[in-house]
Amino acid sequence: MLSLIKAAWKVFLHAFKKRVTVQYPEEKPYLPPRWRGRIILSRDPDGGERCVACYLCAVACPVDCIALQATEDKDGRRYPAFFRINFSRCIFCGYCEEACPTYAIQLTPDYEMSEYARTSLVYEKEDLLINGTGKYPGYNYYKVAGLAIGGKGKGEAQKETPPVDVRSLMP
Amino acid sequence: MKNIFIPLITIIGILLSLTTVSAGLIWLERRLLALWQDRYGPNRVGPFGLFQVIADMIKIFAKEDWVPPFADRAVFILAPAIIMIAVLMSFAVIPFAPAIEVVNLDIGLLFFLAMSSLSIYSLALSGWASNSKYSLLGALRGAAQMLSYEVFMGLSLMGVVIVSGSFNMRAIVEAQRDTWFFIPQFPGFIIFFISGLAETHRLPFDLPEAENELVAGYHTEYSGIKFGMFFVGEYLGITLISALITTLFFGGWLGPVLPPVVWFLLKTLLFICVFILLRASLPRIRFDRLMSFGWKVILPLSLLNVAITGAIVLLWS
Repeated sequence: MLSLIKAAWKVFLHAFKKRVTVQYPEEKPYLPPRWRGRIILSRDPDGGERCVACYLCAVACPVDCIALQATEDKDGRRYPAFFRINFSRCIFCGYCEEACPTYAIQLTPDYEMSEYARTSLVYEKEDLLINGTGKYPGYNYYKVAGLAIGGKGKGEAQKETPPVDVRSLMP
Repeated sequence: MKNIFIPLITIIGILLSLTTVSAGLIWLERRLLALWQDRYGPNRVGPFGLFQVIADMIKIFAKEDWVPPFADRAVFILAPAIIMIAVLMSFAVIPFAPAIEVVNLDIGLLFFLAMSSLSIYSLALSGWASNSKYSLLGALRGAAQMLSYEVFMGLSLMGVVIVSGSFNMRAIVEAQRDTWFFIPQFPGFIIFFISGLAETHRLPFDLPEAENELVAGYHTEYSGIKFGMFFVGEYLGITLISALITTLFFGGWLGPVLPPVVWFLLKTLLFICVFILLRASLPRIRFDRLMSFGWKVILPLSLLNVAITGAIVLLWS
């Protein structure tokens, strides 16, 4: 009996403690920079799309919420003809970001994406594509890749030496 | 003409204010529970979230009033009305102030005991008529609980009756001019408080409802306004028990400076808050424990209380 009264008294004292509630719309919580929120597609410093439509994100996605179609421009540079993320399915696991070889797909610290209609949660490429570089400011995939493309020949990438004719490598 | 209208106005006023207050208690309970759990509770709708009650009521009124096809239709619909009627009838004998009372019955206390026993029919019938296993289990527990507390609830009040020498509520309050009865009748007060918790099915004794074991106990199958009646009935019960504790043990409307009604309401509110505090802090007990506690501990204690009080009153006079 006494322990019950003691318990009730202890609970009563909680009336004077600090509240733990974060009053959300007025009071925003701190989000760490690596927070996995709304997914974006970034561009390289030159303004070109980073995405090379390799489908790795779509393969990595455990809930199959990413749909895209690869195509090529006149230089032979791959890009997605459409890129669609269904955020009503997305679980924000970040596997797509991990799978992406060109840092194109990134998760941002933004979670305020509620909609009244379910179909509004399907984001198209123009909704996903941002004008900046995201988390990797200097990175430009085609400048470091060994691929000959768009006026950049073999061996002209950064930190790359011109190719060697293996038949000339005589002992 | 005047003699008809004044009681009518009193009755309507008491009914309206009671139902409003007990609906407001939903808000009070949520706010207080939140207070004791380091939260804020509903604070968005209107000032301090007070309009939350209105929003809830609109929701509950607008919901589909559905009777499950497997239920015993007539009894199913009747059951929620019984709890409201039984509890509201009990308020008829409570003197809120010297001038505010529906009826001044000489057997007011007995009337209350009879009405509070009737409200168990609501549980038993709703559990039976729902034709669902959780409801039936809830009703079973409700009946078992009623068996264990109803006996000592009556006995705990006999001490008050002996000391004041009357079953009349008004006479009991008047008898407390010198000392409030919770001092000479402290065991009786504790026992009545415990049985009051059981009577209203509040948390240490909310076995018939037991939402984490029995879905929602006896009102599992209920929805819409019929569920709302059970809900408001529960809060009416809390108000009733608090008002009775005030009347029987804490001097009713008696108190200095402030007008009598205010004293009555303040004391009642205090006990309502204690009820909510107990809900916030105590776990539910097993129902066989409740029964053995009731029969083996509380019943002898209340008998002892009656015997000792009787002996002292006899020796005194």
